[in-house]
Amino acid sequence: MVEPLLIIDRLTVTYPGRGLRARPFTAVRDVSLDVRPGETVGLVGESGSGKSTIGRAVLGLAPVTSGTIRYAGHDISRARRGEWRKLAGDLQVVFQDPYSSLNPALTVETILMEPLTAGGVPKREAAQRIRGLLDAVRLPKDSLDRLPREFSGGQRQRIAIARALSVRPRLIICDEPVSALDLSTQARVLAMFREIQETSGVAYLFISHDISVVRTLSHRVGVLYRGRIAEWGECAQVTERPAHPYTQRLLLAAPVADPIRQARRRDRWLAARSNTIPQPR
Amino acid sequence: MLWYILQRFLASLMLIAVVIAGTFFILHLSTDKVARGILGPDATQEVVLQKKQELGLDRPIVTQFADWAARALHGDLGRSWFSGEPVITAIATRLPVTLAIITAATVLIAAVSLVLGVLAATRRGWIDQAVQVLSVMGFAIPNFILAILLVSVFAIRLGWFRAVGYQSLFDSPAGWLDTVTLPVIALAVSGISGVAPQVRGALLDALGKDYVRTLRSRGLPWRRVVYRHVLRGSMGPALSMLGVHFIGMFGGAVLIERIFAIPGIGQMSVNAALNSDVPLVMGFVVAVSFFVVLLNLIVDLIQAWLDPRVRMTT
Amino acid sequence: MIDRKPPGPDTRRRSLMARVLQNPLGAICLGYLVLTILAGFMASSISGHHPNEVFPREIRLGPSAAHWMGTDSSGRDIFSRLLHGTLPTLRDASIAVIVASLLGTLFGLVAGYFGKWPEKIGTRVADLLMALPGLVVLLAVRTVVGPSMPLMMIALGIVMSGGFFRVVHAAVLGVRNELFVDAARVFRVSDTRIILRHILPTVRGPAVILAANLMAISIAIQAGLVFLGLGDLFAPGWGNLLNGGFANIYIAPLELLWPSVAIGLTCVIFFLFGNVVRDELARTGINAAAVARGQGAADGNARHRHDPAAADEAPTDGQAVLGVRGLVVGYPGADGRVNRVVDGVDLRIARGEIHGLIGESGSGKSQVVLSIIRLLPEGGRIVAGSIFLGGRDVVRMMEREMDRLRGRYVAYIPQEPMSNLDPVFTVGSQLVEPMRIQLGLGRRAARNRAMELLEQVGIDDPKRVFDSYPHQISGGMAQRILIAGAISCGPTLLIADEPTTALDVTIQAEILELLRELRRQLDLAVLLVTHNLGVVADICDKVSVMQSGRIVETGSVGDIFADPGHPYTRALFAATLDDAPTRAPYASGLIEANHG
Repeated sequence: MVEPLLIIDRLTVTYPGRGLRARPFTAVRDVSLDVRPGETVGLVGESGSGKSTIGRAVLGLAPVTSGTIRYAGHDISRARRGEWRKLAGDLQVVFQDPYSSLNPALTVETILMEPLTAGGVPKREAAQRIRGLLDAVRLPKDSLDRLPREFSGGQRQRIAIARALSVRPRLIICDEPVSALDLSTQARVLAMFREIQETSGVAYLFISHDISVVRTLSHRVGVLYRGRIAEWGECAQVTERPAHPYTQRLLLAAPVADPIRQARRRDRWLAARSNTIPQPR
Repeated sequence: MLWYILQRFLASLMLIAVVIAGTFFILHLSTDKVARGILGPDATQEVVLQKKQELGLDRPIVTQFADWAARALHGDLGRSWFSGEPVITAIATRLPVTLAIITAATVLIAAVSLVLGVLAATRRGWIDQAVQVLSVMGFAIPNFILAILLVSVFAIRLGWFRAVGYQSLFDSPAGWLDTVTLPVIALAVSGISGVAPQVRGALLDALGKDYVRTLRSRGLPWRRVVYRHVLRGSMGPALSMLGVHFIGMFGGAVLIERIFAIPGIGQMSVNAALNSDVPLVMGFVVAVSFFVVLLNLIVDLIQAWLDPRVRMTT
Repeated sequence: MIDRKPPGPDTRRRSLMARVLQNPLGAICLGYLVLTILAGFMASSISGHHPNEVFPREIRLGPSAAHWMGTDSSGRDIFSRLLHGTLPTLRDASIAVIVASLLGTLFGLVAGYFGKWPEKIGTRVADLLMALPGLVVLLAVRTVVGPSMPLMMIALGIVMSGGFFRVVHAAVLGVRNELFVDAARVFRVSDTRIILRHILPTVRGPAVILAANLMAISIAIQAGLVFLGLGDLFAPGWGNLLNGGFANIYIAPLELLWPSVAIGLTCVIFFLFGNVVRDELARTGINAAAVARGQGAADGNARHRHDPAAADEAPTDGQAVLGVRGLVVGYPGADGRVNRVVDGVDLRIARGEIHGLIGESGSGKSQVVLSIIRLLPEGGRIVAGSIFLGGRDVVRMMEREMDRLRGRYVAYIPQEPMSNLDPVFTVGSQLVEPMRIQLGLGRRAARNRAMELLEQVGIDDPKRVFDSYPHQISGGMAQRILIAGAISCGPTLLIADEPTTALDVTIQAEILELLRELRRQLDLAVLLVTHNLGVVADICDKVSVMQSGRIVETGSVGDIFADPGHPYTRALFAATLDDAPTRAPYASGLIEANHG
């Protein structure tokens, strides 16, 4: 058995209420999961299910109210910024929106260099490395001098991926990385994620609202419903033979691009629609 | 909603209390200078000390403030060191004059800004250009410079209006108009220049909103959508700005009253500052502060009436 | 910034300063300021007179060769006094602006970036400083400090720093939660570095604009204070000239004119300068195209409005609810040419048909929709073609006629539910209003009908929803309300622009079911724009595939899904993930081998 790279144990994230009389809001409740080296763990859920909050908590961008997050053997759930950097320096991220995740005022070169120079890599070596990265994400060589706005959405997302890869991470948190992309671009970027994983052995915590996206890339999948994990298991089992009624409904609700099969699915969906979903505990 | 308004009201009351206290402490930072300001630069140290004692300035500042605040809460702001007149009386006789001018200017600002802003946003083209150019000019030219130009041209050269003095509206409406027209214009121009583009911008912004298209797609005529939906939704920021200008005009009035020799609260305070008449300056600050609180309250109430999202915040 | 040659005629990367200078107005402003400051420095040599030199026999003279602006009541040369007053005036004003910008920027950055208590305290202090007009505070300060202008200007700077704080704070808040700042944090970039590299540049623009405006205000206040006699009456400065001139306003109005013009002009110039900077900054933004568009359509367009030959043909069969022919939609491009976003689209929808229009972003599908209801965004227009709704071409229709058609013949369901409801009116009043206008219903009748509609679209508690404001309801419910609004005036054709894209899949399924139900009940024809092939498969009878402004393939859903003809359609199908295999189970041995 391989030692997991990331272990989330009974994580709860509660945001304090804003203003005088607002109630605190619990986005994630009692979530446990783990990611092994080189593995993709998919997190799927609808808006407000808390899936992105889990990713942000791992990255130290959301407050951990209770529970622990262990990365490579260290507890990073309550680490201060400096400490966090030391412990989880090779933890990386690719965000959903390729438009706001790249500073519009900086050139691609500066954007790619930033994590390297901040990590103390010498300039010369850093420059060498980012050239290799451009190849890895199939961007033209002359991209370095250009600004993010000169690229399409898919190309920008590749820049973001290259930036995440630059420090040779062992785990990348992918927060809806293909949701803003067109269908054909999405397929290409997903293939790239997979290829990079196969050659570099990086692990992904892959967050998406789209179960078919999660399905193609993940080894294991967690389904989130109102801040809790409704179902957790091997990808094929969760996405093809789901046990939880919510997962079943989620699967049936997504239409497939085949009128005949879709008509059958719709009938099953209509039948399942009236079933109530048990509240997770 | 009541709770929200009350909360805002209390917050602005607190804010103003701190401002008043702060001003009091600033005014008592250097009592030597104040005393010397009254007695003149040649006064001996001994006379200065004596004066300080006479005015109670030798006591600990906290005691002085507690004393002042206790009496202020009962409506007693002390007496002018210079004329001996009670501060309350001094303010009560002069404030109506200033207030009349500022209120008239506010009404003018609101009316003209609304018309210009709506015209600029809906017609675009040259009207829009003109409004934008004028607003930059109007905002940039200091109001007292404008006042000086207005006096030189319309009062002195053309003789259309009186250059100096003031007549009460109740004594003689014609005389009032004769005396306030130029000062009101001088005060209002910068306000119009600030509020009109705000109205324009808010309108343009609202016109680009998705719901405007959807309302139109249901067959509502353009005019109706603009006047019923867009205008109402975009009045909030313009209203706040109008409030800011109302308060700001208390500063502008200081200069304008001097130029038109209007016996308002601004003139009074300039003389008080020149004479180091601390109680009177304090009275001026309290008077303006009162209007800050009042105006914030009014603006909040209108905002709540305009926008359900404000109305329903708890 | 890195100084590297841009790969093409890229105007966006030049420094702000260079761009301001290229702007004619910007160049004029800077030129004026440089000249003024130079004139101030060389005051003695330009004017040729000492500012306090008295010409006893030349009192209150008009302009002459010896005294360009005449002399004042003491017989001093006004031009010389004006020039000598330049630097002191600008210096005093600068003191205030420097104090304000240093304090405001520092505290604004700290408060905005770190939040928590620095933010709370900063905001409170800024509120305090801005509670009273600056001049009111200065009168109090003057009472204590006496006529010292530098002290008063420092006080003014402190007062104005509140406004500066707010602007900087707001700018920082705008980027604090941007993903690129989050990313930088994850990338172990230090706080100082994030502030310097990612946050300060975004603050720079607003700060420059504000500083320019405050400079104008400070000059005015400085001169105003001196004019009121609150400053040092013997120090040189423009305010002093005003003060002296005002005493003689009746005798020698010209004496007052010169300093007034100097002050007014300089203030205007500073303001204009701020405006130029703002415009140039706005131009760099993504909406550069929008700015160009806003400047009005260029008139050199090749073709006009529509082409009469096409318009004369009536649609071939009367069955069609919608007949689009040769539709071309254009936006004015940067070089004055027309940018065609829709380029020759034909579309035909029969009664009761649900027709899918599918394509990727930028294919022009939304533009087709907006053309049909003739509500294209500003700048966009129908360049050619015809759109027949119930046998009448809407392209050539008067706006008033079009208003009668909207809602009654053709109705529209938008993509984003929340932004398509007016936030300041109740849901009910937004439903009632069109019915009263279009159907002429009375208040009560319209209300009852609205209740029915809400029930019809599957809202359980119509009464409560009727009286709700948009911010009180969920996105799925908002979309149902928009559908209720669309069918309220009994349309024949429904145009839905990605009606489910912004919704969760479970809600999407519900909304599609609702549309299907409504079509059955009302015999509606629907044009459904989407990028999701699954949605088409679920609900559509026919489908048109759109790519870069053209329709590449049309046919029944059964045919096209079974055998897509066009390569683009085939590529779309290939990209769906429906039948993509799941991943092979995790094999740890392989990973370890890879890692060595």
